[in-house]
Amino acid sequence: MTAAPTPRPGGARPSVPVTLDGTDVLAHEGETILALARRVGVPIPTLCQLDGLSVYGGCRLCSVEVAGEHRLPLACATEVVPEMEVRTTSPTLANHRRRIVALLFAEGSHVCAACVASGACELQDLASENGVDHISYEMTFPRTPVDASHPKFILDRDRCVLCTRCVRVCDEIEGAHVWDIAQRGNQAHLIAGMDQPWGEVSSCTWCGKCVAVCPTGALAWQGTAPGELHADPGLIAFLTDARDGTWDDRAGGNERRDDEEVAP
Amino acid sequence: MHDIHTIDPVSRIEGHAKITLHLDEDGGVADARFHVTEFRGFEEFCRGRPLAEMPSLTARTCGICPVSHLLASAKATDAIHAVSIPPAATLQRQLANLGQIVQSHVLSFFHLSAPDLLLGMDADPATRNVFGLMQTEPEIVRGGIRLRQFGQEVIESVAGQRIHGKGIVPGGVADPFTTEKRNAIRSGLDEALGSATQALALLTSLQDRFTREIEVFGRFDSLYLSHCAPDGTWEHLDGKLRIIDAEGATVIDQLDPADYRSVLGEAAKHDSYLKVPYYKPLVTGDDPRPGMYRVGPLARINIAERFGTPIADAGLADLRERTGRIAASSFHYHHARILEVIASLERIDGIIDDPVLLDPRVRAQAGINARRGVGASEAPRGTLFHDYEVDDHGVITAVNLIIATGQNELAMNRTILDIAREYVDGSTLTDGVLNRVEAGIRAYDPCLSCSTHAMGQMPMVLQLLAPDGDVVCERRRE
Repeated sequence: MTAAPTPRPGGARPSVPVTLDGTDVLAHEGETILALARRVGVPIPTLCQLDGLSVYGGCRLCSVEVAGEHRLPLACATEVVPEMEVRTTSPTLANHRRRIVALLFAEGSHVCAACVASGACELQDLASENGVDHISYEMTFPRTPVDASHPKFILDRDRCVLCTRCVRVCDEIEGAHVWDIAQRGNQAHLIAGMDQPWGEVSSCTWCGKCVAVCPTGALAWQGTAPGELHADPGLIAFLTDARDGTWDDRAGGNERRDDEEVAP
Repeated sequence: MHDIHTIDPVSRIEGHAKITLHLDEDGGVADARFHVTEFRGFEEFCRGRPLAEMPSLTARTCGICPVSHLLASAKATDAIHAVSIPPAATLQRQLANLGQIVQSHVLSFFHLSAPDLLLGMDADPATRNVFGLMQTEPEIVRGGIRLRQFGQEVIESVAGQRIHGKGIVPGGVADPFTTEKRNAIRSGLDEALGSATQALALLTSLQDRFTREIEVFGRFDSLYLSHCAPDGTWEHLDGKLRIIDAEGATVIDQLDPADYRSVLGEAAKHDSYLKVPYYKPLVTGDDPRPGMYRVGPLARINIAERFGTPIADAGLADLRERTGRIAASSFHYHHARILEVIASLERIDGIIDDPVLLDPRVRAQAGINARRGVGASEAPRGTLFHDYEVDDHGVITAVNLIIATGQNELAMNRTILDIAREYVDGSTLTDGVLNRVEAGIRAYDPCLSCSTHAMGQMPMVLQLLAPDGDVVCERRRE
């Protein structure tokens, strides 16, 4: 079976034959496995990836199996090639994804009961979708001080999963580059400015995009009570589509029809 | 020789505890101690958390009365934000607390204590429980279960969930009330009030069967503390505190809960995780016992002149016919609870007809405007204090929680001592002793999960200890 081709901006039709979970599909040239899978409706879990931002490939949740490859390539960062055979589900992948999610829980302080993001948290969703019902790794119980120095926002590093969405959105979209990751390995952590209290970083424009894209409760509005935070990751794709003039392709109806009456 | 009896674990209360009875040289009971054997540490791990998380975080102390913690905590955060919450939020919070009082008191009476009261203290423990009661009194149990459900539905209408809801937040409540919720509460009120008045009639009819227990179960002089309106009307959430003495004379009136430290001290004990609050002016040395005061339903009905609602006031007048103005026996906690259930239902009836309840303005927003805030509420078991200090950015630097059960500890020890002196004979512990000591404790409906900020159910161990500390006799109930 071949998936119905969807026109891309510019009108090119998909032409690269690929097998996705045993089904023959046509991909665009240069399309990533993730983009292809989403276009034809095959779910692949992601965490660090966000439409509108550059590819980071840090969380490794979107790993897939490709025939002939002994590693697990990242769907977000791997472009299709002709005759590629991709599997998005397998016992190996399920185990791999569960371990990644469990490790994220083990190295942070993810107490959903008292978390601002509970109920709208991508990590919580990933645990639920991937069957992570307990953590068998030793918990690290970090107690990093909360940075509440910003008048509008608050940072709890123990809820940060180092996805770098905030780093990328601040650099690539807002252009302020407030955020960076300092150190490496298990010492890696999010810093504001030159490792300053967030409230003292003069380059922060208070735009709140970092809060909008945070997949957990690490970044939140001041005064948010548990369960009240609702991130808005779709905001970024909305902004980039608007900027690039491509939003009608995505939303399929946002452009004004020529025959529409415009109210005075 | 000096023996010590231990009851460990104590059952049908919230948490884990152990009771030791210390015998003197002549085999008489010299002392009784209630030990709480678990620890949770909320005051420690809340430090460093943002202020806005505190209501939900501290509500996790307890699954029975999370609303009480939500409210005391939210009021402490209001004080730090230095805001007056919108009138509709005040009404919603009152509704939640009234629903909380209903469901918790009903749990205590129907599920935990009614088996003792209806089946008898000496009945077989295998059937002296809510399941045994279902066999003999199915209608009473059914009414109790439905009544508790009603209380939980009132809570849910404000907090969003029956347990650990998130609807009570700093500055007010999360969402405006709706006419649908109002109508749902309205439709359940009549049946709820019917069940509650039936329970009151039942309890009144049982009074004569328990004259000895009424005499022995914590019938002693003590101070009482609770919220109370300036005109003496029963109060459960807002306003100030009143302390009265054993004769009913007002010792302190309209004390701001924020000033609790001016009259209340807290003693730590080497043999229990329960902190022991006491009334400071009466304590001169290390022994907190002279500063004993009682909180909770009994304290509230002794302090209040009236409920301010007709059915509850009639019931209160009836009780006072028997006891005089002050009901001194802790056995009357049961009676006080049922009267409070009725009063709460009558208050709910008044609140849901108030058009202000539906006002969409329900939350005051503000920054950090004070470094310290105290919030208090009348939890089902008594006055609850949350006392927070924050840094400039609203991060918690210190927490002090004063829980109802802790405040009743001195009175519980005294109650156990009185019961043991009355019923312990020689060096063995009979079922009757075990049952009555448990029932004496249960009269206070203690919540050790809250008071130690600990968790779990409460089995009981009772030990009888010799003067040298040897265990002479031990009875255990899982």
